[in-house]
Amino acid sequence: MSIVNTWYFPTRLAWRQLIHDRLKLVAAISGVLFACVLVFMQLGFKDALYASAASMPLKFDGDLFLIHQQSEAMWRPAQFERSELMRALGHPAVAEVAPLYLSLATFKALDTQVKRTLMVYGYDPDTDLLNVDAIKTKKHELRVKDTVLFDEYSRPEFGPVSNMLEAGQNRTEVNDYKVTILGVFQLGISFAADGNIVTSDLNFLRIFPNRSAEEIDVGVIRLQPGAFIPEIKEELRAHLNDFVKIYTYEEVLEHERLYWENAAPIGFIFNFGTIMGLIVGMVIVYQILFTEINNYRFEFATLKAMGYPHSYFIRMVFASAFILAILGFVPGLALSSSLYNLAESQIFIPMPMTLEKAVTVFVFILFMCTTAGSLAIHRLDSASPADMF
Amino acid sequence: MVIDVHNLNFSFGSGSLTQPVLKGIDLAIRKGEIVLMTGPSGSGKTTLLTIIGGLRQASNGSVVILGEQLVNSNEQTKVKIRRQTGYIFQQHNLLKSLTALQNVCMTLELQRDLTESERQYRAQQMLAAVGLEDRMHYFPEALSGGQRQRVSIARALAGRPKIILADEPTASLDRQSGHDAVEILKQLAKELNTTILLVTHDYRILDIADRVVELEDGFVKAVEKQE
Ligand SMILES: Nc1ncnc2c1ncn2[C@@H]1O[C@H](COP(=O)(O)OP(=O)(O)OP(=O)(O)O)[C@@H](O)[C@H]1O
Ligand SMILES: [Mg+2]
Repeated sequence: MSIVNTWYFPTRLAWRQLIHDRLKLVAAISGVLFACVLVFMQLGFKDALYASAASMPLKFDGDLFLIHQQSEAMWRPAQFERSELMRALGHPAVAEVAPLYLSLATFKALDTQVKRTLMVYGYDPDTDLLNVDAIKTKKHELRVKDTVLFDEYSRPEFGPVSNMLEAGQNRTEVNDYKVTILGVFQLGISFAADGNIVTSDLNFLRIFPNRSAEEIDVGVIRLQPGAFIPEIKEELRAHLNDFVKIYTYEEVLEHERLYWENAAPIGFIFNFGTIMGLIVGMVIVYQILFTEINNYRFEFATLKAMGYPHSYFIRMVFASAFILAILGFVPGLALSSSLYNLAESQIFIPMPMTLEKAVTVFVFILFMCTTAGSLAIHRLDSASPADMF
Repeated sequence: MVIDVHNLNFSFGSGSLTQPVLKGIDLAIRKGEIVLMTGPSGSGKTTLLTIIGGLRQASNGSVVILGEQLVNSNEQTKVKIRRQTGYIFQQHNLLKSLTALQNVCMTLELQRDLTESERQYRAQQMLAAVGLEDRMHYFPEALSGGQRQRVSIARALAGRPKIILADEPTASLDRQSGHDAVEILKQLAKELNTTILLVTHDYRILDIADRVVELEDGFVKAVEKQE
């Protein structure tokens, strides 16, 4: 007996029973669809969060990075002495070092004058610390006193900066300090900051008068070409104080991601949401399958009397679960894709519908439905052929 | 002998609640014979039928069906007997989400050597034989009681079973359609040389029987030859 035969007939019967009661089928599909969309949204937001959290370190142009051990994430750094970074220069493989200053500040919207918080990056423009062309081409202009560049991908609440710049309106306040916006670049926002501006290290210290050049947030180290990064990292490690951590490029990204995943409760919230969605969906599917088996138990008993083995009905229940999973997933995928687009246009964080995500959610939904099916199967035992007639 | 029951005892419940229903049944039915069984309500007719059909487990005496001992048998043996037995129930017991044709096909889907088109063909032939060629694609709820019962006769016979067990098949039908249904059953069974054991309270259909047995208080009380 082939697999096709053992599964084809029970699947066909399950299908015929499911489509016979359209109303109940719609209810069951809605349950799966609901769970599907919920899980897609949770995963979508979670991935978008992690992706956006690393949007800035992603542009870092360096080999090794020094960060204070109390810096949980880039948006809330702890400062350490610049001399710590300078010490790295003693290593022969180190080509150059550069400090990066970070701080949140208020930015007065050009049109509404409303103040909102964004992230300010300050570094020596000649070092090209951020690998963003629009910043690199403006490095000479950035040397001018009180000038900044604005991230075009910031939230719209900061005002239509590009348009206003074209109209010649380029003056605003950052941290209540008057600055001139030279132009825009494209970086992207994170859950921590609604927008970004980049300025020179000197301008940064003017905007934040209580900060000192000696207290830096991130130390960026570039090595000589051909240096073996992990080895140099270990050697530098031995020369640094314990309160600074040294990371490779990949480790900085990982550090940011882990913060949002673990230290911040956000990762947990999304996982919790995913699990809740699956549980709710499972309960709905279980209810449907259970009442289905209950309603059809006379028919199952009849089929048993005709000589159908118990395993046939188990296959039927799993086939029903599988059919519901597919029928709920397909519209769920379509709906979630459009919700992703909607979210992208509303929160300005990329939420791509990837194949990987679709496969992950389908596996979740399938698991949810089959679990519900195996829980409902015990109801089959009530279909004893002898007691029905 | 197709059906050979010897000294069959059967009780429901256990311990002090034991309620004996069958108390030493002897019943032998030859191939192709049509036997009607009557008896008062509660005498154990359905119980006996479910034991013979391999639906209920007996643990006392001997029940040999088509050469297989069903007393203390395993599930496999019972399934084997069920597949060679056509059941007609008091209620039609059709699957409500399947059409008449699909219902009849359910019997044939157990026979894996048939192709789908052979199944369709045989089911259509069977439905035509019970006079339902124009109702093949109707769902049970759109059929009359007599039509449903004829579908279930077609379903029972489509698999060409060696035995037909029928439990009050005419109970829900009026006199005419009841008689028609049983007449069709008899005719088709005779063609295929099928053995029939039919439980009925309906004295109007006794004339189709080769033999009538009566069950009372758990005994085969009287065996009367048809006149
Ligand atoms: N599942 C059961 N559990 C306990 N007792 C049962 C069960 N099924 C039947 N009985 C009892 O067994 C006896 C015989 O029942 P059975 O259904 O075989 O009678 P019957 O001859 O078919 O009656 P009827 O003509 O009313 O259908 C009855 O007294 C009934 O109460
Ligand atoms: Mg009965």
